[in-house]
Amino acid sequence: MARNHVTTTINGDPVEFLCDTEQTLLDVLRDELHLTGSKEGCASGDCGACSVTMDGRLVCACLVLAVETQGAEVETIEGMADGDRLHPLQQKFLDHAALQCGVCTPGFLVAAKSLLERNPDPTESEVRYWLAGNLCRCTGYDKIVRAVLDTAAEMRE
Amino acid sequence: MRYEVPETVDAAVALLAAANGSARILAGGTDLLVQLRAGLVEPDVVVDIKKISQTRQVTAQDGGFRVGAAVTGAELDEHPDLKKNWPGVVEAAELIGSTQVQGRATMGGNLCNASPAADSVPALIAAAATCQIAGPDGERTVPVESICTGPGKTILGTGEFVVSLILPARPPHSGDAYLRFIPRTEMDIAVVGVGVSLTLDGAGQCIAARVGLGAVAATALLVTEAADALVGTAVDEGAVEKMQQAVRAACRPIDDKRGTIAYRTQVSGVLAGRACRIALERAGEH
Ligand SMILES: Cc1cc2nc3c(=O)[nH]c(=O)nc-3n(C[C@H](O)[C@H](O)[C@H](O)COP(=O)(O)OP(=O)(O)OC[C@H]3O[C@@H](n4cnc5c(N)ncnc54)[C@H](O)[C@@H]3O)c2cc1C
Ligand code: FES
Ligand code: FES
Repeated sequence: MARNHVTTTINGDPVEFLCDTEQTLLDVLRDELHLTGSKEGCASGDCGACSVTMDGRLVCACLVLAVETQGAEVETIEGMADGDRLHPLQQKFLDHAALQCGVCTPGFLVAAKSLLERNPDPTESEVRYWLAGNLCRCTGYDKIVRAVLDTAAEMRE
Repeated sequence: MRYEVPETVDAAVALLAAANGSARILAGGTDLLVQLRAGLVEPDVVVDIKKISQTRQVTAQDGGFRVGAAVTGAELDEHPDLKKNWPGVVEAAELIGSTQVQGRATMGGNLCNASPAADSVPALIAAAATCQIAGPDGERTVPVESICTGPGKTILGTGEFVVSLILPARPPHSGDAYLRFIPRTEMDIAVVGVGVSLTLDGAGQCIAARVGLGAVAATALLVTEAADALVGTAVDEGAVEKMQQAVRAACRPIDDKRGTIAYRTQVSGVLAGRACRIALERAGEH
């Protein structure tokens, strides 16, 4: 069976890959391109650990066929820090101890970044609703929500 | 499995017809990818309809709207005019899944997946929405309530797909609303969903109503008896109560861990009453 040839942009860099139609964007990111920051928690859209943006829209990479990214702009957690300089959200997650095992963290960071780009001054309830598709089994969410609100406040200054 | 991404309606119909039943349409993929991974469907070809411009646009038409079948929930939310005219439909579509799911999920997919609990469907039924369907024999227009025939089953024939959903012009003094009941506040499947749309005359008498009911039968239902209980009244408490009785009488729910038959039936009436009051309030504002 012929594989699909895909040309796309990931974190600003042009990328080409071959994939089977069955392969999701998450499969290709992790297994072919070795961008393993996006995690697979469920592979069914429920946990948000695989969150990425595609053409500026927050999506679950496990619910996108890799072949659909032809010509698209994909942003993953690997594109978030600027070299050694952490994104303010990443720094605040550390400051607030908003992670324990860390499996959910890339997804939360990508999702929270997408929220703050749209809404620089979210209420707590807006943060909680926006992040409702990101599950965390460790933190109890509160520290994550504080970290996001604190980042928003700092970035507005 | 092959992937095809046609750019015209005709090309999509040709691909679907040639596959002779072994094709699956891909819109947002939030149902399809889960089903593929679970091995529930094994198509030879996936036809992605998102590069067909008609499926991706919201346009004004005859005072109402033509909403492309592949417009996402997030995009509906960003359409102020649509929200103002059909707030119930947009709020129903917005209930589908998380922010991530909203970035992909479409009303066309929600309808054609044919889950009895699909959130946007009762609201579309209440709104008297119709589907524009393209197929090998040309186009046809079918009311939303006639699309699904049972869980996972639709009337769509080989080669056919839904190109757009048509929301009619909104008469003055009218409003719609959708409510669902789930045990959580986000990310769950409806135990009951109710859409209500009504139109008043200048004096506050109800001159038209539609009630759509989800998750309590094999398909979402148009409950005409419930609507009839409202028409000709001022949508006073007595009329609302009759409407609720009609809604409960229409329920044919299953018994499962989400709710027993008695519970779903009871809740459907409660939600119908609440949705009706919101629709009434909105009708008063327009
Ligand atoms: C985490 C999660 C949470 C969810 N929560 C909800 C919820 O709260 N409420 C709810 O109702 N649903 C929910 N869903 C289900 C799903 O997101 C919705 O049903 C969604 O609207 C499907 O749209 P889609 O564009 O992704 O469909 P797809 O997956 O692309 O398609 C669904 C089915 O319809 C067919 N199809 C799609 N478009 C057309 C068309 N235009 N013409 C003919 N056939 C077509 C496809 O072939 C497929 O069989 C959830 C799903 C996930 C993963
Ligand atoms: S792995 Fe994609 S949502 Fe869980
Ligand atoms: S830190 Fe472990 S799942 Fe969130």
